[in-house]
Amino acid sequence: MEESAPPPADGAPAHAAAVGQGDTLAGAEPQPVRARGLVKRYKEVLAVDHIDLNVGAGDVYGFLGPNGAGKTTTLRMALGLIVPTEGTVELFGRDPLREGARALEGVAGFVEAPRFYPYLTARKNLELLAALDGGDARERIPEVLEIVELSPRAEHRVGGYSHGMRQRLGIAAALLRRPRLLILDEPATGLDPAGMRDMRLLIRRLAGDGITVLLSSHQLPEVQELCDRVAIVDSGRVVYEGALADLRRQGGAGYRLRTTEDTRAARVAGEQAGVTSVLADEHGIGFQADEQQVAALTVALGRAGVGILSLTPELATLEDLFFRLTEDGAVAGASDGGGSTPPTEKPAELVQAP
Amino acid sequence: MSSAAAAPPSALSAARPRARRPPVRTVYRWELRKLVSQKRTYLGLGLAVLLPLIFVISQLIRGHPPRGADSIFASEIFQSGLATPVLMLTFLAPFFLPLIASLVAGDIVAAEDNNGTLKTILTRSVDRGQVFAAKALAALTYGTIAVFLSAAVGTVAGTSAWGFHSVRTFSDTVVSAPKALLLVFAANTFFLIPLLTVACIGVLLSTITRNSAAAIVGTLGVTLILAIVQQIPGLEGVHPYLLTTQYFAWQGLLRTPTDWAPIWHSAWVCALYAVPCLFAGYLVFLRRDVAGG
Repeated sequence: MEESAPPPADGAPAHAAAVGQGDTLAGAEPQPVRARGLVKRYKEVLAVDHIDLNVGAGDVYGFLGPNGAGKTTTLRMALGLIVPTEGTVELFGRDPLREGARALEGVAGFVEAPRFYPYLTARKNLELLAALDGGDARERIPEVLEIVELSPRAEHRVGGYSHGMRQRLGIAAALLRRPRLLILDEPATGLDPAGMRDMRLLIRRLAGDGITVLLSSHQLPEVQELCDRVAIVDSGRVVYEGALADLRRQGGAGYRLRTTEDTRAARVAGEQAGVTSVLADEHGIGFQADEQQVAALTVALGRAGVGILSLTPELATLEDLFFRLTEDGAVAGASDGGGSTPPTEKPAELVQAP
Repeated sequence: MSSAAAAPPSALSAARPRARRPPVRTVYRWELRKLVSQKRTYLGLGLAVLLPLIFVISQLIRGHPPRGADSIFASEIFQSGLATPVLMLTFLAPFFLPLIASLVAGDIVAAEDNNGTLKTILTRSVDRGQVFAAKALAALTYGTIAVFLSAAVGTVAGTSAWGFHSVRTFSDTVVSAPKALLLVFAANTFFLIPLLTVACIGVLLSTITRNSAAAIVGTLGVTLILAIVQQIPGLEGVHPYLLTTQYFAWQGLLRTPTDWAPIWHSAWVCALYAVPCLFAGYLVFLRRDVAGG
């Protein structure tokens, strides 16, 4: 899984491109998360199958996969909650299994739903956790409660909290540690639309402050909006790891064309060299081509007397790619399943399986 | 959370001082605070308070000591209130006090598993060993409080009912009231040896089973099995090494001269049970997967 650094993701912070993707610059801090050959086996069940992860400093790293793909098990191994059957994981160069709590210095977050003592108030829960953190964590309790807007309910028992409030308290508990790496497992689960929006804002704010975020989520639009790098896991294996922009680019840059005469236009497109996956439907004509060939096609259409009403690029969404990687087993071509790469075959440059 | 974007930076990105790992006593103090905040904690302590009260009130209503009692203290209760805590210890030692101790010991790790809070505390700045030590200490503290609470209530209720007088010992000698009070305290203190051993078994089962009910019932089951073994003819040779036999070692204090032999014997026999249980629990806790919640 050692790979050369791909170009920066669209919109990714410059420092992410500089030190992300698993690189450790000379004299720089070790990378926030580095997993090598992680395996977790439960008797006959192989939950995690040789997973490698490289989360660089400043990354907002999406960790995706269907239910049961091994995401949470991997995160638990990263936090030292589960002992790997094989492999190692290091947080800032420290192995939680060997170094215990010391390896979690600067690391915070939660796996699955954040859990608290239901018989204690939110403030007492945070006081407890602050006591277990040591240092000046206790002094920041009012501030983190304010950030997650739980100050008015701080004296209420957590047992009476809604799921969304517990999620927010989980964020508050993580912020107490003033983390450099934030591990969040489905942080938006159970939140209403406004809560989801606020969670995204908060994550973006934290990332903007230089905190590395490892975000496991089922909310693909959320990941697409927030993350610059992703790992997609399926059946315990990483099927893609790299820049999200690269994935989307390579997953199929298609175009949609609307003309005055679609049938003829489709025929012209089909005859044009380098234009593939031509498919006409009620929304126009979908096809794949690089920019040069698109330009040539427009000229050819003009010569054929076909007027162009609109020509728009269509980048594959993360959702498309996710389903193709985890269900169809391929990232290729447009969403019609056509394209230059057979749909059942994963392009070698995209698939990072060990 | 809409204020997040406008939040002051200190909690998020201010200079991060190197966190100092908190000591075990901090974790222990919070374990006690958690116990204090849970209703179930008071179930056991309530039992420890109620049983001596029920006994004293029932004897006051009855008006005469139980006939044919096999304990000298049973016939003594109307002579001195200080006989009450001794008699209560005799009654409560084989079952109720172990039950009370196991209520918390069996729950203390398993409840965190069930609530999913184990992962919450194990991702902070404390090591697993510290958490286990604090939990074991809290369970032992609870057992200790239950024993002394029961003894205190028995003493106060007994002396209120029958006065603060000298007491006759198992050797038929009479000890003054102040010395008897000291002996009551000492007897309860030495009873802690087997009782805290029960708590250690509870902590081990709580760690292994990850289920409060199974751990509590399992702890009681172990003591009941040992009690049954104690009754089986032909197994007299193992009696001195059974945990349940040690429940009454404290009675050596109430002889003249003091018979220390059963107490020392109890100490090392209980150590044979407690130390491996705690050590095994510690090892399991260090290496176990925290997969729930």
